Amino acid sequence: MIIKLIAIILALAIITMAIIAVTNKKLVVSIVAAGVVSLFASVFYLLLAAPDVAMTEAAIGSGLTTIIFFYVLNKIKKDRQDNV
Amino acid sequence: MFKKIFIFIVLAGFAAILLNSLSLFNPDQQLNEIATRYADKGPEEVGAANLVTAVIVTYRGLDTLGEVTILFLAASIIGFFLKLKLEDEKVPRKVRKASEILETASKIITPVIFLFGIYVFINGHLTPGGGFQGGAIIASGLVLMLLANPVKKVNHTIISVVESISGFSFVILGIIGIFLAGGFLDNDYFGLGTFGELLSAGAIPVIYIFIGLKVGSELSGIVSNLQETQKEEI
Repeated sequence: MIIKLIAIILALAIITMAIIAVTNKKLVVSIVAAGVVSLFASVFYLLLAAPDVAMTEAAIGSGLTTIIFFYVLNKIKKDRQDNV
Repeated sequence: MFKKIFIFIVLAGFAAILLNSLSLFNPDQQLNEIATRYADKGPEEVGAANLVTAVIVTYRGLDTLGEVTILFLAASIIGFFLKLKLEDEKVPRKVRKASEILETASKIITPVIFLFGIYVFINGHLTPGGGFQGGAIIASGLVLMLLANPVKKVNHTIISVVESISGFSFVILGIIGIFLAGGFLDNDYFGLGTFGELLSAGAIPVIYIFIGLKVGSELSGIVSNLQETQKEEI
């Protein structure tokens, strides 16, 4: 019962964060929101008894992908300023 | 205006398809044929306490080899394109210094993260996790190190040597399996050992160590390539 409640709260949080990631005007906020989606999803996988997938999602989805997006965002900003 | 209506029509179509398949969804009450085979015969044939590892490394070992190859291709393509950019300018980067807390904490935590990653892939056949997860954890430790010290240079020679040797050994171990065991990437070389011990499950721990080193060095290579081609402060 309590696990179902946690799962529903997690699902709502994932959907909220995904909407923020899509609609927010600032790219930095979008990247962080996408990372949080992965973090909540990894907890969800743990509840669904898939610890292997949860570890992958936490390390790659919310850790490495977020930092790579930030690096790429920084590169794109630099290129844009050069062109203007 | 017409474009927005069109988008809504497409979205409604997707919703109709998904709702339809949701109403038809009927969860299985028992394992299907292949899963039953793996669950029943897995422990005695492969000897790994973690059944996911038994499937990934032995039964579906060829798929894992393909995945590692795809990851290698992605890493080398990223490195290739960033290298072209790097040669235009040799201006040293201006970076903001990391805070005292981050610097000190990273010195303490980074070795522990590396150790945890190694633990995860050595124990891949006993506990959840394995080569891919352990490699990703090692790469996240490298990210923390680079955040604390943004101008640090990572030695690319070590990364490529470790990466090549592990990939090569993975394939060699698979080929040894053809002669000593049942087929390509079969793990039963000299008996399986006691079920549930660290030195058990034949060649699985060795194969997973190589997969872990390969994935870790590939992801570290991607991150450090991106970090070196940054020019301004982040």
